[in-house]
Amino acid sequence: MITEDQTNQAVAEILSSYKKEKKNLIPLLQEVQTKLGYLPKKTMQEIADFLEMPRVEVWGVATFYNQFRFVPLGKYHTMVCMGTACHLAGGRLILEALERELDIKVGETAEDGNFSLERVACIGCCMLAPVIVIKDKINPKMTPFKVEEVLASYKQDIQKGKS
Amino acid sequence: MVNVTFEEINNRAKSEWEALQKGSYILVGTATCGRAAGALDVVDAFNKELTRQGLEVPIIQVGCTGLCYADPLVVISKAGSLRVVYANVTPETVHRLVEGYVAGDDPCLELALGTLEGGDGEAVYIPELPRFEHELRLILRRCGYIDPENINHYIANGGYSGLEKALKVSPEEIVGELKKSGLRGRGGAGFPTHRKWELCRKAKSTPKYVICNADEGDPGAFMDRVVLESDPHQVIEGMIIAGHAIGAEQGYIYVRAEYPLAIERIQIALKQAKELGFLGDNILGGDFGFHIEIAAGAGAFVSGEETALLAAVEGRMSTPRPRPPYPAESGLWNKPTLLNNVKTFAYVPLIIERGAGWFASIGTEGSKGTAVFTLAGKVADSGLAEVPMGTTLRELIYDIGGGIAKDKQFKAVQIGGPSGGCLPETLLDIPIDYDSLRETGSMMGSGGMIVMDEDNCIVDAARFFLDFSTKESCGKCTMCRLGTLQMLNILEDITAGRGKIEDIDLLLALAEDVKIGSLCGLGKTAPNPVLTTLHYFRDEYEAHILEKRCPARVCPELTVYYILPDKCDRACEHCVLTCPTEAIKGDKGEVKVIDQEKCSKCGTCLEVCPPEYNAVVKLSPVSLLPSSNLSGKGGGK
Repeated sequence: MITEDQTNQAVAEILSSYKKEKKNLIPLLQEVQTKLGYLPKKTMQEIADFLEMPRVEVWGVATFYNQFRFVPLGKYHTMVCMGTACHLAGGRLILEALERELDIKVGETAEDGNFSLERVACIGCCMLAPVIVIKDKINPKMTPFKVEEVLASYKQDIQKGKS
Repeated sequence: MVNVTFEEINNRAKSEWEALQKGSYILVGTATCGRAAGALDVVDAFNKELTRQGLEVPIIQVGCTGLCYADPLVVISKAGSLRVVYANVTPETVHRLVEGYVAGDDPCLELALGTLEGGDGEAVYIPELPRFEHELRLILRRCGYIDPENINHYIANGGYSGLEKALKVSPEEIVGELKKSGLRGRGGAGFPTHRKWELCRKAKSTPKYVICNADEGDPGAFMDRVVLESDPHQVIEGMIIAGHAIGAEQGYIYVRAEYPLAIERIQIALKQAKELGFLGDNILGGDFGFHIEIAAGAGAFVSGEETALLAAVEGRMSTPRPRPPYPAESGLWNKPTLLNNVKTFAYVPLIIERGAGWFASIGTEGSKGTAVFTLAGKVADSGLAEVPMGTTLRELIYDIGGGIAKDKQFKAVQIGGPSGGCLPETLLDIPIDYDSLRETGSMMGSGGMIVMDEDNCIVDAARFFLDFSTKESCGKCTMCRLGTLQMLNILEDITAGRGKIEDIDLLLALAEDVKIGSLCGLGKTAPNPVLTTLHYFRDEYEAHILEKRCPARVCPELTVYYILPDKCDRACEHCVLTCPTEAIKGDKGEVKVIDQEKCSKCGTCLEVCPPEYNAVVKLSPVSLLPSSNLSGKGGGK
């Protein structure tokens, strides 16, 4: 876990590397999210003050784009591709299987912080449809059955980490 | 300031390339598609195996050849021998390849897709594959064969000579060449490229901007990603030429955030171009200066619309605004801005280098040059193809794509994503060009082509696209925000068996309203998937509404899974053990029965039932379910 001091320091460092120009709002939000994993409310306020723009405008931009998140992601962030090819190859079944197996809904992070689930539009791997991405690793040609298998290996890793 | 001439740079690049050809080297396709198929593991395996055998052979990570179905793809090149292409390479086969062909003389043809040189007779000569009879590779010609992270590979293969030539001629002449070439925008709408350039060139206000639209948001299209990951310099070169032609000094590449590898490879390319003096204050020692920055998108389909894209680069919510004024007159920060798609810029250096007449000789009367398509969905050999305009859809799907996978029946081809349409078998002989496709109610779009077979439900596909458009509507126009939602609700009713026959007329009327009432292309084209499917596949809608039947047995509310008692092998328990909701009952020795109330319709039982039994079937309408299978009150409702 990152402490509050570390968060403050990281945000201060990022802010100091940007000019106070409005066009830097999205790059700033992106860099903060890359660093912290999500956009804390306090940080968005700091960005607004830094760029000397209304806080509501920063909130408006951040909530407009699909990329930005306002809750921390799970350790194993899982993205389900919902592009056309994946949909036609049964993407909805994969999504349902993930929700069932992880016991969370799309957009949520599990209480223990291990998994979070998100749907994304095409990631451009249509020939391997349907695909899911777990912690940046692309898993091709999924079936509901394979979802169980893939998740089992991650769950095993989590168990090992505990013991 | 770099004090070397283009000739010197060119010579240096050529000698590096020639030196490489004199020895052996290994190419591994590590674009996103290759990585998804495990290409990085293959690279690791080669590294280990070469070290183990004490061999020093360079491994070059290249982009994508477009033969995505064969990923991970490896090419082994040996001076004086055949260059051999290997398909679906795994870490396990690497040992054999290194021992056989890198160290020895056995080209391991049993693992090969074919060779890049002919004359052997034993192996398939790749340029003679049926698909290459139709393909003409212009902007894909280097993809997968050069190192995208080494500018010298690009230069040695003709790169930056278009820019060198362009800098010696006047902006008027460049725009004139584009006009003669007949190039139209590859973003989808097909606007004549020279007209944008001319408007920008003549605009009085300064500074001016050049923007490359790489916000490839169409779900199911990935050619821009492949171009940027495999051969990014051609896009950069096109943008610099554009800067010279319109008098701009600053360019932006707007790439979607979902393409991290493309962003990484563009960053490297920009740095190298700057080091060699192709970017910067005094390009190739002259007076013209041009700079390019990356603007990473944050995930919004509407950002592909040009005025919405401008808002995103300015750091605002990505919503469109009315045109005129067009961006060519008042764009980024209200300054003249030239916006073109990735592929449009990629054609520019070629047109300048080889001449407008050459380009105009390819294609049809109204659509010049080639079109790049991604072929995905239920096609056998999915991937990328580049064909002259005028090639038919049938040639593309059957000759290049190898037809429908698993011998299934073709149902439709969806072109242009959420803005495009679904076309039936009867239209497969129309030529691919902007105007013919528009006449069918579809559109060229950015080039995504998804093939559907008998197992795909047309109404569900229309629902999918509407769902996408509804989610991605920016909300500015009421008809786009709420009209699409109304249409979606109706489609959801139909796929769930709650549809009424008058819903079809309501959908048609709403579609017109959404088209008229929306400001930008997203809303104006969002009804297209519904309109084309209603036009060409009305019977499927009627089956859903009148018979409560989904002909493809896809829509969950209209479909049930059933285990055929005569086929079920009573001793086997595959389905019972794998069913995620424990819906299948039956002890060892008994026929297995699905509890319809518990069944989540995930299809696992169908997947795991051994092929020698094939006992699980899908039935639609639900009333086909034998009454003996109705366990509990929820079954067969």
